[in-house]
Amino acid sequence: MGKEKIKINDEFYDIMPPEYQELVEEATYGKESRGWKDVGEAKELIEEHSLCAGCPESIAFRYVLACLPKPEDTVMVGSTGCTSLVFPHVAVHNIHSLFGNQNAIASGLKRTLALRFPEKVKDVVVLAGDGATVDIGLDMTLQSWFRQEKFTTICFDNELYANTGGQESGLMQKGFVGKMAPAGKKFDKVPLPEIARNSGCHYVAVMTVSKPNRVEKAIRNAILVAREIGPTYIQLYTPCILEIGKQMMEGLQEMRDSEGPGKRFEFKEYVSDEAKVFLDEMDAERKRKKKALRAARAK
Amino acid sequence: MDPKSLVGTFNKKGQKIVEPEYLLFEAPRTQHFMTGSEVVKEAIRRASIDVSIAYPITPQSEAAALVGELYVEGYVGEYFRGENEFAVMSECAGASFGGARVFTTTSGPGTLRAYENFPMWAGSRLPIVINVMVRGVNSPLSIQPDTLEIGMILETGMLIWHAETAQEFLDFLLASFIVAEEPDVHLPVAVCIDGFFVSHTKDMVMMPPADIALTPYDPYRSPVPCMDMEVPPIRMMRDPFVMKSNYISYATHASWQQEVRAACERSRKHTIRLIGGLIEEENADAEILIVSSGTAVAQGREAVRLLAEEGVDVGIVKIKTIRPFPHQEVRQALRNAKHIFVPEFNVAGWMAREIKACIPDNDRVYAGPHVAGGMTMPPEVIVEEIKKVLSGRKEAVHG
Repeated sequence: MGKEKIKINDEFYDIMPPEYQELVEEATYGKESRGWKDVGEAKELIEEHSLCAGCPESIAFRYVLACLPKPEDTVMVGSTGCTSLVFPHVAVHNIHSLFGNQNAIASGLKRTLALRFPEKVKDVVVLAGDGATVDIGLDMTLQSWFRQEKFTTICFDNELYANTGGQESGLMQKGFVGKMAPAGKKFDKVPLPEIARNSGCHYVAVMTVSKPNRVEKAIRNAILVAREIGPTYIQLYTPCILEIGKQMMEGLQEMRDSEGPGKRFEFKEYVSDEAKVFLDEMDAERKRKKKALRAARAK
Repeated sequence: MDPKSLVGTFNKKGQKIVEPEYLLFEAPRTQHFMTGSEVVKEAIRRASIDVSIAYPITPQSEAAALVGELYVEGYVGEYFRGENEFAVMSECAGASFGGARVFTTTSGPGTLRAYENFPMWAGSRLPIVINVMVRGVNSPLSIQPDTLEIGMILETGMLIWHAETAQEFLDFLLASFIVAEEPDVHLPVAVCIDGFFVSHTKDMVMMPPADIALTPYDPYRSPVPCMDMEVPPIRMMRDPFVMKSNYISYATHASWQQEVRAACERSRKHTIRLIGGLIEEENADAEILIVSSGTAVAQGREAVRLLAEEGVDVGIVKIKTIRPFPHQEVRQALRNAKHIFVPEFNVAGWMAREIKACIPDNDRVYAGPHVAGGMTMPPEVIVEEIKKVLSGRKEAVHG
C-alpha cells in the first residue's frame, strides 16, 4: 500500500486529525533510504505513546519503525505488555490478539500474505516483550523457528514483566530481586539468542539500543534475511527504568553500562552461511549502485 | 473483487465457481456411503479454502489429515501441522486477519486447550469455520463421545451449529462459510458433530459434484479492516482503550461485546436461507416432546417409533443452531407440550438448561436421560425414562 491508498478525500480533509494529515503528506512510505536518522526529521510512523517519560523502549520502538525497509507493505504482530499500549498509535497494520501467541499469529499471517500476494513482498515483523517471547509464548516462538517461518521476531528485553509491575521473567538476571522473585531469581537468564541459533534462525543479534546505527543495520538485515531465507531474531535491551530504580534521564547510561565486554548485552551477531552470502551480495549491490551514482554525478 | 463476479469462472483446479444456493439446493447430487471424516474432505474440496491448520487429536485426526491430502492435490492454498491447539487457533487467526478463508478441526481437550482463542476470534470478527468433533473432557482420560464441551463454548461469541447426520454435516459445513462471512455477521462458526457416532460411522450422503466450488472469501467485505496493509486506516486508533479506566473505555468494550452478540443474532436470516431453519419439528403437536440436538435426536426418533408401537404419541423438536439459540422457535414449538424430555450425551444437561430458560412453565422439562463418558443412548433408555416419569415412578427433574 502506498500513500495513494491512504489519501484523504478533499471533502473531509479539514476534519481529519492534523497528525493524520501529516502522516499522509509526509510519512516515509516508499523511501528506500529510510532509517533512524528520519526520527525527528520526517513524519514518524509512531504518533504518540503512553510509555513512561524516558523509557528506552519508546526510542527503541521509534528506531524499529524508522528502520522498517518497506513499511507500506509490513504488518506487525504484537503481544500483551507495554508495547501493546503503543501499537494502536502505529501507522502500519498491526495485530494484538492474545498474550504469548504472537509467533503463531505471525505464522498464519505470513503464509496467508504470501499466498494472497505472490507477486509482492509483504514483511511480517513480531515485536513483543520478554515475558511474551520467552515465558508464556516460548513454545510458539521456538516452533515458528523450527518450521522456518519467514518473519522477524524482535524481543524488547527489559528483563521483567514491566506492564504488570516488575515481576520475574525468564530473561531476568539471576539473583535480581523482583516481584515473584522475593529472594532473588534462582536461575540464569534464558539464553534465547543461542537457542535461536540452534533452532534455525538465520540472523540473530543482541544489543542495547544505545547505538542507533547498529540497531538500524540489525533491523534491516533481520527483515531482509527473513524475507528471503528464513526466521531471524533480535533481542534489544530496553531497560524498565521504573522497575530498576532509575531516573528518566538514566536509561541511556544504563544501556551503555550493560553493553561493555563480557556484559549481558555485549553486541553479538550470528549469521548463517546462507544469510551471509545473501547479505554480502546485498552489500556489494549497494556499493555498486553508490559508485554508479557517484560516477553519474561526476559527469 | 466481488466474489459474485467470479460466478461462472473456473478456479485453478478447474472447478466452476457457483452461487452457494446453487451448490446447496440446485446442483444434481449423487449418493455416496462415507464416514463423517470423509464428509469433511468432500465439503472442503468444494469450499474454496485458502488456509487450513491441523493438529492430531482423536476423533478429528483423520478429517484434519484428509484436508492435508486436498492441500497436496491443490484444493487448499496452505496447510500445515501446528504445535498444539492453542497455537493452531492462533495460526488460524493470523491467517484470517490476513484475509484468508480458514478451516480447522478439533475435539474435546483440544477445544479447551484452544479456548482462549475463541472469544478473541469473535471479538476480532474472524469468520473462521471450526469443526468440533466432540468427545469427553474427563479425567481419567477418555476419548469417547460426549457433548460436554459444547456447553463450555456457548458464551464465546461464536456461532454454534450441531449436525445430527453425515448429510447435515456436509450441508452445514458448506453453508457455514457463507453465513460466517456475511458482512453483518462476520463471526466464527463452530460446526459440531458427535465424535465417533458421526465422524467414524458410514452413512449415506447425497453429494453435489466435485467440479463446482463455493464463491471465494472477499476479505474487503469485512466490517473490520483486513490486516494486509492494502486498506486504510493505517493508524488504528487515536486513543487505545486498553488500560483506560474511564466510562468511554468501559462503554466501548461493553458495546462491542453487545455488537458481537447482535451479529450472532443477525446470522439467523442467512442461516434460515441456507440450512432451512434453526429448528426442525416432527409431530410437534404431541403432548409429549423429545427436544435435543445432534445424535441424541436420532436416538429420540427411534424412541418415538417404539412408543408409537405402544400407542404413545410423541413428537420431536431438533435444535440445529445452539448459538444463536432459537428462543422464539422453541417457545412456539413447545407451547402445547405437557411433557418435554431432553436426552443428552453429557452429565451436565446444558441443553435442558437452555430450554428451561426460554419457555414458560418450565417444570414441563425433564432433563434427561443423560449418558456420558462414551456410553451409547439406546432408544429403550429414552422410552424407559419417559415411562418412568409419566407413571410417577421417577423424580421429574434431575441432572
